Order: sequence, then C-alpha cells, then structure tokens
Amino acid sequence: MSGLAGSDPWRAEADDAARGRHAHRAARQGEELLSASAALSVRGLCKRFGPRVALSGVDLDLSAGEMLAVVGCNGAGKTTLLSIIAGVESPSEGYVSRSPDEVGWVPQQPALYSTLSVAENLRLFAALQRAADVDGVVAAMLAQTGLGGRANERVGRLSGGNRQRVNVALGLLSDPPVIVLDEPSTALDPPQRERLWDLICEIAANGSAVLFSTHILQEAHRYADRVLVLDEGETLFLGAPAQLLALTGCEEFERAFVALLEQRSAGR
Amino acid sequence: MRSVGALLRKDALILGRSRATAVVLLVYPAVIAVLIGLAISRAPGKPRVAIVDLTPPGQSVQLGGRRVGVSEYVDALFKQVDAVQVATRAAAEREVSSGEVLAAVVIPADVVSKISSGVSQAHVAVIYDGDALKQSLVRASIDSALAEANLALSRQLRSITLQDIDLLLKGGVSAAIFGAPSRLVGLAEIPAQLSALAVRQRSTAAAQELRRIASSTSYAVRNLQLSRAVLRTVSEPIAPTNVILHGRKTPLDAYAVVVAVTISLMFVGVLLAAGALALEREEHTLTRLARGSRASWWPTLRGRSAPRRGSAPRRGSAPRRGSAPRGESAPRGGPALVSIGELICAKALLAGACAFLLALAMLAVIGAFVPISWGRAGLWVVALGIGALAFAALGLAIGALVSEVRAASLLAFLVSLPLAFLALVPAGALASGIYDALNAISFLFPYKASLQALDAAVNRASPAIGLPLVHLVVLSVAFAAIARVALARVR
Repeated sequence: MSGLAGSDPWRAEADDAARGRHAHRAARQGEELLSASAALSVRGLCKRFGPRVALSGVDLDLSAGEMLAVVGCNGAGKTTLLSIIAGVESPSEGYVSRSPDEVGWVPQQPALYSTLSVAENLRLFAALQRAADVDGVVAAMLAQTGLGGRANERVGRLSGGNRQRVNVALGLLSDPPVIVLDEPSTALDPPQRERLWDLICEIAANGSAVLFSTHILQEAHRYADRVLVLDEGETLFLGAPAQLLALTGCEEFERAFVALLEQRSAGR
Repeated sequence: MRSVGALLRKDALILGRSRATAVVLLVYPAVIAVLIGLAISRAPGKPRVAIVDLTPPGQSVQLGGRRVGVSEYVDALFKQVDAVQVATRAAAEREVSSGEVLAAVVIPADVVSKISSGVSQAHVAVIYDGDALKQSLVRASIDSALAEANLALSRQLRSITLQDIDLLLKGGVSAAIFGAPSRLVGLAEIPAQLSALAVRQRSTAAAQELRRIASSTSYAVRNLQLSRAVLRTVSEPIAPTNVILHGRKTPLDAYAVVVAVTISLMFVGVLLAAGALALEREEHTLTRLARGSRASWWPTLRGRSAPRRGSAPRRGSAPRRGSAPRGESAPRGGPALVSIGELICAKALLAGACAFLLALAMLAVIGAFVPISWGRAGLWVVALGIGALAFAALGLAIGALVSEVRAASLLAFLVSLPLAFLALVPAGALASGIYDALNAISFLFPYKASLQALDAAVNRASPAIGLPLVHLVVLSVAFAAIARVALARVR
C-alpha cells in the first residue's frame, strides 16, 4: 500500500457513488484484500455524518513495530479515522481487522480522573480490563512510562507532559498489538514532546504498531515510517516521508505537504 | 458486575476526595434535619401579641339586668395568644416595630358603651408590621384569635340571655333582671292559671277575656321557647364537624417531616447522579470506558480472545467474517470496558445509596423531635430506597445531556426545585385546568410519587404505598432509558 493512492493521487473521485462502489467492492473482497503480515488492516472505510462525508474509502495496512503518521488539514478526517479504528465511532462502511479491545487508544484530550492518583487511574483501568495481575500491570506501566516517582500524585496536579504520559500508559495497559494516538503532543512544550516521543518510539520498538495523527509535520517526518495524507476524508498520499518529498520535489516536509494539497486543488 | 463494583469504588473515592461535596452531603441534610426538628417541636403554638386595654378598670357591659366584664373578653383574647400587656398604644407600636411581638391589639375605652348600646358594633385596632407575607401570616393568626375571643364573649352573652329567658318562662327568684319582682311568675305557668281563673268567673265576658289572654300567653311562651334555639343558631350559625374521607389524619408536623426528607432525598439523588455522570464527560473518560460498546451486539466478537502484540490478524477473522449486507453499515466492536448499562447502573447505585442513607439518617434525627412510628421503619426503607433510585435516574438523564459538572448541577437545580413546589400545590388553590396541568407535570417526575410513598410509609396517609412505588419504578426505568439513549448518542 505504499506509494500514491491510485495512479493519480490528485484526481478527485468521480462522485460519491463511485466511492460507494469502491467501498462495497472492498467489503465484498475484504478477506482477500487483507495483508497477512499486517498488524492492522483497514479496508474501504467510510464515515458519513448526515449528508457530510467525513471519510471516504480509506485503505491501509500497518505492520508490527511500524509507525504511521496521519496528517491533514483541520476536518480532513484524521480524528474520524483514528476514532473508527479505536472503536469510538462506528464506520458507515468498511472494515477494520482489529476489534477495539485489541487497539490501545490515546485520545487527544487526556481521558483521566484528575482527582485520582496516577496509580489509581492505572489500577482502575487495569481492573476494568480484567488484568490477571492488576498490581503487576500497574507497576510495569509505571516503569515503562517513567511515572514511578509520581505514582501517588493526583493526576490533576501533574504537568501537561506527565498527564499525557499517563494517558498513553492507559492506552498501553492491555499490551495491545496496535496503539492509536490522536495528536499526542498537542499542547506540550518541546522538552515534554521529546520525552513523549521517546516513549512512543520505545512502544513501537517493542513490537506494537503505532498509528498517530499530528498537526506538527516535523514530527511526522521525524518519527513516522510512513505517512498517510488525508484531504476531505480521502487518501491523498500513503508512503514514506522521503517518497512525498520526491513526489513534490520539495526539500522540506511541510512544504511538500502544502504542495501536495495545492496540486490537488489545482487538479480539481 | 465486576465493572460496576470497580466504578462504584472509583466514584466513592472521588466523592470522598472532594471535601466540599462530602461536607455538603453530610452537613446539609443534618443541619436541615435538626432545624426542621427544632422548628416543628418548638414552634410557638400561639402568636406573641401585645394587648393594650384602654377600658376603665371594672367596666362592664350591661345586658338586661346583668353585667359582663370587659376583662372577660380580654381574658378570652389572652387565651388565644401569647399576650404581652402594654400600657399605651405608642408602646405597643414600638413592640411591633422592634419585632418583639407579631402584632398589637388595642381595645379602646369606648368598647363597653358600643357593646352596651346594642346598635353599634365595637371595634378593636390591630397593628401589624413587616412585609406582605408576614402581614398575611400575622393577620390570619390575629383574625383567628379575635374570632375565638369574639366567640367566647358571644357565648357568654348568649348564656346570660338564655338564663334570663329561662327565668321569664319558668319563673323563680331573680335579682339579676333589672326592675323585676323578687319572685317572678313564669310565663309558662300563666296560661294554666288564667284558665283556672276563667272557670271561676261568673261573667262570661270576663272569662272569655281571660281565655284570650291565656291563649296569647301560650303563643308567647311557645315563641320564647323557640327563641332559645334561634339564639344558639344565630350566635354560632355553623359548627364544623371534621370527617376524613379516607386514610388517616396526618398531623402537620409529621407531614412537614416527610416533605423535608423528600426534598433532601431529591437534591442529593439528582445532584449526585447528574454530577457523577457529567464528570465522566468532563474528564473525557466516557469514551475510554465505553469504547467499542456501540457495536457490542456484534455476535462474533463476543468472548473472542485478543491476539497479543505482534500477532497478525488471521485472515477472515471475526470482524470481517459474515460481512454485512451491501449498502449497510459494517458494525465492528468488542466488549467495551464498561457498557453504558453498567455505567448507568453504577452511577444510579452510588447516588441512590447516598441519598437513601442521608434521608434515612435525617428521618431518624427528626424522629427524635417529632413522634413518628418506628414500627413502620421497614416501609420507610422501601419508600426511601425506591424514591432514591428514581431521583438518581432523573439525575442521570440530566447528567447525560450536559458535558460539565457545573452545568449538570445547575440544570438539576432548575429542574428539581420547581418540581417540589408544583407537587405541594394543593387542589383547589388554582383553577382546575391549571391544577390538572401541574398535576400532569408532577406525574412525569418522581417528587410527588416519592412524597406520597413516604407519607404513606411514615404517616399511613392515603394513597396507599403500593401505587406510588409502582409509579416510581416506572419513572426510574424511563429516566434510565433516556440517559442510556442520550449517552449512546454523545459518547
């Protein structure tokens, strides 16, 4: 699935009906289209909110240990895609190979009980996930996220960076094969961001497939193995960052992203 | 149920950590309970009223040949109020202004002459102060006291009059009727005596005249006898006889206890449930908890073990097997950490349990001040328990509609407070159409049903406890369903 999404990446789909046919075809042939080696496969994913199409025919495969960045302008469908993969939203059409309990979910807004301590938050969610050894899982997660020293501190009193680490830790509790992070570094200062990415890279290095969305294109360039560019719910580009640079002839990643969007607009 | 238990422990921990909430929850009902208890048990039975008696000492009303002292009227008035004797009108006005007394009654110097005249009504001045509500309350109390005093005086005057009528009819020794001979011949005896005299008369004309007078006297006697009953009726035309159609007469203080406890049950239940559910949205944890639950009916995913990290999904694994028909959505999901039903259950149990325990404690504390039947404690528990769950369900429906705790609390107050007032509006206080509309609104919320259930449990009031309990159960299910639908839409 690497490379351009179709022979002409800037070509708008003919119409919604064509997109619908594509999705149905993918649905019908879903079994055959899946990659046997993929940690996560998505086929023909569509999402409509009333008349508005938020996501249209998105396909992707993600390997174990791979980091895939989802980028796009506001309203491109990044959060919708990640929400469907995480099981927060249900798709209008299409399929995801993993059920929500197999996907670690790190939402954009830290989803934590600020009155509880770090350890209490972890313990609660570990218990809800029916962990066999709740205390062991909590201890391991505190160690992995470097929050051991803050275990008994209330989450509401933590810095934004540490709160986000707890947020990530909750996503990792069930040791999921896939972890989905929605703009994980938003609202963090550079040192906090750096520490968070170290943690995320470590997660990928341990074998989890990592799918994250971001508005900070340098992060996508720096940390992602591949990049999925969404525009108005459609896949505009899926491939390595270097391929995007080569495709657009730009030296800077951010410039390449903008050029891609401009070329698509011009092609309409 | 493990999830419900974990959520309950978490919510209890959060509740315990929020000192302000805990203090309000514990202190508020306790303070209210004690205040109500004191207010009910130590309420002044009689209004405190200043009385200024300007009549000259010893003045009495002349009635026939007898005298009724004005002091008897004042005494009657004193019995109806907590009287404070004051010498002058100015002093009385000062007492009223300072709030020492609710009102002052000034009995003017000419009251005796007015009553004695028999043609003009005597007046007493009543001095009030305060706002419209206080004036209304005081006026009602004073009017009632004055009416009682008037009635007492009237009864006394009637009694004297009846005695005089008796003397006129039956005759006897009398020193009371002014100008009467010391030995009165009763009018009732006169016809017989005149008839006897007529028989002894030789002159037919004289005999006929005596019989005519005897006949007229008989007529006067019959009417005078009738006047006794007329006098009784005129002095007190309507005497109330109280009949309770059904149920048992509930003392006002026992009913006030039930109202106060139900209001506390409502506030704690509704506010806690609404706040606890809104907190899940405010902290963004609802999504994490209920993630995947939207498609949890997807049968093939139930009970499937999750592949561990690094393992690739099997070809044709559950989410894609048995693909959805063309054109339909493709549901996917797994067991959520917590289903929406479990979440609602946990919140309802927490809020319901807190409301129940506090209301029960409140009832027990007030029970120390007001006599209530402890033998019916089992029914209290049932009424409070089901009422608490109904209020919690209402709170959940409110909490599911908003995403912030503050907004949930505000909305809970805005909904709850008018409901309590609506349920207390008595029949007949409003036009029937409006009353029916208010009744219909009250029917849709748990306050009135809870009040009826608790009143039946504590005071054996009507209607019996069964119907309100069924009503509460139906409302609980309905509000829980609303909360469930709302949460499924917003999570």
